[in-house]
Amino acid sequence: MHQIISFFIRYKYFLLFLVLELIAFSFTIQSHSFHRSRFINSSNIITGFIYDKFNLVANHSNVKEHNLQLSEENSKLKNLLTQKNDTANTVKITVLDSLIYKQNFTYINASIKNNEYVKSNNILTINKGEKDSIYKDLGVINSKGVIGIVSNTSSSYATVMSILNENSKINARLKKNHHYGTITWNAKGYKTVQFEDLPRQADIKVGDTIITDGKSTIFPEGILIGTIENFELANNNYQNIEVTLFNDMSAIKHVNIVTNLDKIEIKALENNNE
Amino acid sequence: MNNVIFTNSVRFILLLLLQVLVLNHVLLFGYINPILYILFVFLYPIKKEKGIFLVLSFLLGLSVDIFSNSGGVNAAATLLIAYIRLPLLHLIQNKTEFDYLLFNIKKLNLIQAIVYIFSLTFLHHLVVFLLEFYKTQNVFDISEKVLVTTIFSGILISFSVQLLLKNKQ
Repeated sequence: MHQIISFFIRYKYFLLFLVLELIAFSFTIQSHSFHRSRFINSSNIITGFIYDKFNLVANHSNVKEHNLQLSEENSKLKNLLTQKNDTANTVKITVLDSLIYKQNFTYINASIKNNEYVKSNNILTINKGEKDSIYKDLGVINSKGVIGIVSNTSSSYATVMSILNENSKINARLKKNHHYGTITWNAKGYKTVQFEDLPRQADIKVGDTIITDGKSTIFPEGILIGTIENFELANNNYQNIEVTLFNDMSAIKHVNIVTNLDKIEIKALENNNE
Repeated sequence: MNNVIFTNSVRFILLLLLQVLVLNHVLLFGYINPILYILFVFLYPIKKEKGIFLVLSFLLGLSVDIFSNSGGVNAAATLLIAYIRLPLLHLIQNKTEFDYLLFNIKKLNLIQAIVYIFSLTFLHHLVVFLLEFYKTQNVFDISEKVLVTTIFSGILISFSVQLLLKNKQ
């Protein structure tokens, strides 16, 4: 007994060091899996508040650009509205509703308080949380395309797993036909992502547009992602399809969070079949 | 004594905020993210009793991790260099006993100081980038990141040490 105690006293700093290192490593391993740890993330109230109030460097430089982007989006939406009114008058409502992707979504706006794009697990912090009806696994987009998926929430803030995250897997398809695959990221550069699992019979060319598929309940169908930059053909399969994002992920500010109103119904139905 | 506690608490908070609010958004040449917060480890007084120092270093690293959503990467690296600091100083100075109370980096000669600062910075960055990128990138990409970032962080830390310790004398 005496020996054990003296052993602990002698190596107390080393033991302390070991214990703390083990804690740090377990946090690290947790953070590399999709289901992240509950408290080591910047959606909590303190970090959210600090990012919100002391946002010194990040965003002031691009205000003009962001305003331009927002007003462009506004005019686009206004144009859509007038179209809709016209068709309503000429009793052609069904044409618009069923041909353009018919789904039931609501959008909540938010702005990005912290943006990362050089790590392998990039996470964004946004200034809306549970009290604004933001929950885990909601899609995040802006006018130029997909941003990511909500990964953690607190009452007033949320973190978003960026499309630039090694755990990110987003269901996507070619715009010109309905062949679909998965968008992933290999952590090399914030301008390109990879398009995987595309079947051989899909005929692709450099410059083809990739959009979200709408098979998952996270994103609506038809949200822009990027264009094919290059690809290889090996063993009669597509490999290394590089997709250039429409979004400049280093300079994003205003985003929309998408809620699928039918999500619970769809999920319940799918679970019944399993 | 109270003065020491006060200085180090202020230093802890200021370095943390400087790192997460300013430096984490600075990207030299598109991918170099200088790390200054480990200056805390270099400036913390050297004592035989180092339990508090280890815990503080761990907490500082963990705070940076919480802000930048990186799990425990910075905590692991900062704790490691905090633990290695004293043995490394013994090694560099080539003697086993020295005056703990009066020691600061200024007591080292230029080459010793540079070796001390850059080797601890290198070790820290090695752990950070290995844990962060081991899944997605190969050895060459990681070592390039480690080396280039070490140079920038090392220079930044050296100048900060020079600046802060000059004022006090």
